[in-house]
Amino acid sequence: MSAHQAGQWPSAAPRPQINRRRRTLTVIVCTAAFIIAAWLGGYLVNLEKLATNLQSRNHAPSLQYLFGTDWLGRDMFTRTVKGLGLSIQVGLLASVSSGVIAVMLGLLASMGKIADRIVSWLIDAFLSVPHLVSLILLAFVMGGGMKGVVIGIALTHWPSLARIIRAEVMQLKSAKYVQISRRMGRSSWWIATRHMVPHLLPQLFVGVLLMFPHAILHEAAISFIGLGLSPHQPAIGIILSESMRYLSMGMWWLAFFPGLCLLLVVRSFDVLGERLRGLVDPRRSRE
Amino acid sequence: MRLEAKKLGYRYANDAWLFRKFDLSLQQGETVGLVGPSGRGKTTLARILAGYDTPLEGTVMLDGQPLPKRGYHPVQLVFQHPEEAVNPRWRIGRILNEGGQPDPFLLQELGIDQGWLERWPGELSGGELQRFCVARALGPQTRFLIADEMTTMLDAVSQAQVWHSVLAIAKQRNLGLLVISHEPSLIRRLCDRVIEWESLVH
Repeated sequence: MSAHQAGQWPSAAPRPQINRRRRTLTVIVCTAAFIIAAWLGGYLVNLEKLATNLQSRNHAPSLQYLFGTDWLGRDMFTRTVKGLGLSIQVGLLASVSSGVIAVMLGLLASMGKIADRIVSWLIDAFLSVPHLVSLILLAFVMGGGMKGVVIGIALTHWPSLARIIRAEVMQLKSAKYVQISRRMGRSSWWIATRHMVPHLLPQLFVGVLLMFPHAILHEAAISFIGLGLSPHQPAIGIILSESMRYLSMGMWWLAFFPGLCLLLVVRSFDVLGERLRGLVDPRRSRE
Repeated sequence: MRLEAKKLGYRYANDAWLFRKFDLSLQQGETVGLVGPSGRGKTTLARILAGYDTPLEGTVMLDGQPLPKRGYHPVQLVFQHPEEAVNPRWRIGRILNEGGQPDPFLLQELGIDQGWLERWPGELSGGELQRFCVARALGPQTRFLIADEMTTMLDAVSQAQVWHSVLAIAKQRNLGLLVISHEPSLIRRLCDRVIEWESLVH
């Protein structure tokens, strides 16, 4: 530090902190608002616009048709919004069920050595198979459709979260107040629900949120290859896969806008989750 | 009732043995002091007696019976640091009731203010928290209390108050007390009998 700087009031140090916090909150509010808008939009869209209208086929994007229309004259903007709503809904169901599975197994690991071995083994076993492979198999076995996709994603995405929760549970288990609780005659289940779950909730919330992008992308991927949602539903994966045939005819807007919107939603979830994790657990936020 | 440790041995991983063939006997209604230098396993011994750790050698008996694995443990331990011994997300009242409703007389003796029960652990000082830990450990089914440097972090006045009430309760309920401390004056004031750690470890 030079001589004339040394005498100055060190005002520069604390301010970036406040700015960063405010920026974090702004980002959280904006992304959350965007996601909620996309989700609610799926319910609010005018269903008549989803219908085929052969009079207005193959329109390029314009003010009237923001995202253009497809080969059956369906408004792509409406379809995209509806598809995003569907994606978020699938993501919500799948992530929440995954989170429930992860917590159950994480808590089960606290019950004893053998239980912990079994849980660890299960986590490793599921992690060793690539997501998409087991997802395709599961969705295929479940017979496709919304149910198949949700169950498939829920059953394949829990292990990484379960591992984090298990680590947290192990740490809690060695906490003095948990050990004291046991000497007070409290059961493992009682300790798990009263002492551990409240501590796990922030981690769990962020974990589930960060699972959303994976769930949405996998839903789109599996719908794209035809094993996911049925072709009648305007899922983003379906829209993208159908548009492939028309890309060579120069109808770029069929894939471009829905793909871009999917990307935006997924990125929003990612940013939201990361920022919230930074608030909940600053130690891990840089990882 | 009689708490007996027979030929206890413990070590961490493959380190040298902290103690071996350790014998200790504690009668109901008796206050026994245990003094010794730090780092020799006094706290480990306390954890074993209170059922937190299992000894690698030997047994701990209560009236000739092994200590119960489940249910309320008749030997309760109060740790040195109360901040670690309470769930930071629980209100004090809930923490206090974890082992059952505490004796109102005991709360009064310990100088516990009813207004504290609504607070969070972070809002109380270490001395105030430690009173709750003591009250919690002195549930109706407690037969022996092990105080592992229980009042080391308290000022002299609180120390006197806590010990005064603990001794009163111990007398009233005929509890056995094992006081672990490195303050010889405190031990001499409190205890009927003093054990030197060195004399027990072979």
